[in-house]
Amino acid sequence: MAKLIIEPSPHIKSPVTTQKIMLCVIIALLPALGVSMWVFGLRALLMTVVCCTCCVFFEWASRKIMKRDNTISDLSAVVTGMLLAFNLPVTLPFYMAVIGCFVSIVIVKQFFGGIGQNFANPAIAGRIVLMLSFTSYMTTWVEPFYYNNTTLVTSSTPLAGGEASLLDLFIGTTGGCLGETSALALLIGGIFLVVMKIISPATPLCFIGTVFLLSIFQTGSLEGALAAILSGGVMLGAIFMATDYSTTPMTTKGKIIFGIGCGLITVLIRAFGTMPEGVSYSILLMNILTPLIDRFTVPKAFGAVKPQKGGKK
Amino acid sequence: MFLHSVKLPHFKHSAESETVELALPEKVTISMAQHLGVPCKPTVKVGDKVKIGDIIGDSDAVMSAPVHSSISGTVAEITEVLHISGKNMQSVVIENDGKNEISDGVHPVKVTNREEFLKAVRNSGSIGLGGAGFPTSIKLGFDPKEKKPDYLIINGAECEPYITSDYRCFMEEGEDVLEGIKLMMKYLEIPACVIGIEKNKPKAIEKMKQLCAGTPEITVKALKSSYPQGAEKTLIYSTVGRVVKEGQLPLSSGCIVINSSTAAFIAQYIRTGMPLVRRRITVDGNIVKKPSNFIVPVGMSIGEIVYHAQLSEKPDRIILGGPMMGACAFDIDYPISKTNNAVLMFANSPVYEPTACIRCGKCTRACSMNLLPTEIEHAFDVKDAAMLEKLKVNLCVNCGACSFVCPAKHNIAEKNQLAKFFLREIKLKNEGK
Repeated sequence: MAKLIIEPSPHIKSPVTTQKIMLCVIIALLPALGVSMWVFGLRALLMTVVCCTCCVFFEWASRKIMKRDNTISDLSAVVTGMLLAFNLPVTLPFYMAVIGCFVSIVIVKQFFGGIGQNFANPAIAGRIVLMLSFTSYMTTWVEPFYYNNTTLVTSSTPLAGGEASLLDLFIGTTGGCLGETSALALLIGGIFLVVMKIISPATPLCFIGTVFLLSIFQTGSLEGALAAILSGGVMLGAIFMATDYSTTPMTTKGKIIFGIGCGLITVLIRAFGTMPEGVSYSILLMNILTPLIDRFTVPKAFGAVKPQKGGKK
Repeated sequence: MFLHSVKLPHFKHSAESETVELALPEKVTISMAQHLGVPCKPTVKVGDKVKIGDIIGDSDAVMSAPVHSSISGTVAEITEVLHISGKNMQSVVIENDGKNEISDGVHPVKVTNREEFLKAVRNSGSIGLGGAGFPTSIKLGFDPKEKKPDYLIINGAECEPYITSDYRCFMEEGEDVLEGIKLMMKYLEIPACVIGIEKNKPKAIEKMKQLCAGTPEITVKALKSSYPQGAEKTLIYSTVGRVVKEGQLPLSSGCIVINSSTAAFIAQYIRTGMPLVRRRITVDGNIVKKPSNFIVPVGMSIGEIVYHAQLSEKPDRIILGGPMMGACAFDIDYPISKTNNAVLMFANSPVYEPTACIRCGKCTRACSMNLLPTEIEHAFDVKDAAMLEKLKVNLCVNCGACSFVCPAKHNIAEKNQLAKFFLREIKLKNEGK
């Protein structure tokens, strides 16, 4: 008699795996990468490749050293690599990017137990460490299409006082980190993720919506508010970083709180902080609050009765 | 209120294959554990002659239903057989004498009042034919002085993939379903009935609507085709909009839920007196060439049944019941019980290795009871009883939706079940002190 498999129910599983989810995120990031290569040249691609390679290597090596199962096949390190690269200026020396990858993967992700266990978004933490360590390199921006010129012309981002039209901001032909400039490309990726049911639209909508509404008051104009959501890292952060599974709340209610919190902190930092941009800090701060949000947003079970106070047990 | 659910592939290949009654086998192995509750004790000895419909097992316990012989012949053996629940259960092996004699006790049942009706239901050996196997006489035997139900709800959702036995019952024995409903409504004084059928069975909905045309108190409700639509509490909410409170039976909300095939059986029993010795069963799976519905005697072995549906290769998994909540059979000789509505045969099934939980929250958006399955899993892993209580793991209906959607391929539903056992053990320990 041939041996039969005995297993707990259910006996059918959805074909969705962690790997497929991560692959979808990678695909969703490709339009932004494309725009980035068009605006900032081949070095944008090179930066992305360097970051992805380093992240995968660090993930493999740290799991190996810590004698844990190898997890590089889940592709999450590639996503981290891409997101980190997208948060860097195109001119950043590669060795600095490598340091960022190390911080992201080894310190922020693997030291806390790897995928699903980290409390902060690895790419954001990596970016913040680089920002604090190499501030001048991290805030050196180049003009779009600088690669056509013989000399490097630096510019400032719209948030730091640079000039850019709303159309430039929307399409991405403006200065900034290499993956964050094109709202259009990021939105295409975001819609893809929502359609594929990888992310819930709650977080991005609340994040962007809050920034938009508060910016109307802050800037006093609709154009100013539009510029506020189209510039800087709002789109990239709201669609791809504030929707990271491990570091954000699980329930829809939690996601709404998270998104509003991110938007609020972003605007506060932009308006009152010393730094021109606050997206990464806002997400990091809300990451820290996530366990608390999760705790206060436990949904009421269907038919659940509240335990009587002072009753038995 | 919005109840979470999951979309499943339907795989209802056998929907249009008419039920075929299989010839009685040479031998049947009838387990004494045919239902939820107390297993029966054999009332026959080795060597006894039995006829179709003779009682071979019974119990004094309330939560039980008698077991009858499905063939005529000689009791060859009374033995312990490893039951799919994992426990050894007494089973009566009967060898067919080929005479197909019917028990002298089988004749149309005269019922004039509530007591007689309930006694008849108990004598029929009826249990819930949908899969859980709750003795019907217990479900119907409520105390009318305490609480009277407002609704009889007929569960024809059949939300599990592959299974079409309830659908075939509607199509072939729809009149009996209606007759069973009328009997229950009459003798138990239930004023209204709702028949819940998922929208993926439009023909059954149409047919039952036509049959119920003259009886305004019996209505047919077309339900969204989603899983687990046929779970008792979910069904009650989708049909009559009532919520069954934690720890309560449906009756507390004025509802009684009966499977459609069970209703049809009750009508047939009253008409003929033939107890529950055979049932309709769907045979399907990725190696089944002819997905079919068969009427099979209780105790017939899986191997003999699936032979008629033709297998293209050797199975590596045999599932009794649906793919979401059914149980794996240990071998192909395992006998069919009253509760089995399907036998599914699979080979070359994809094997998934569990990976780390990524907190995607898909399980929380799949849970019809609005629980947090992954949090329950974590709490169980660290044996945090207080947390498990707080997360209401006892409300889990083990529908398996969480495990189904999990991209990390965790067996979350299994963990929920283990967590329930764990809490029960702790409770017993505390009470012992």
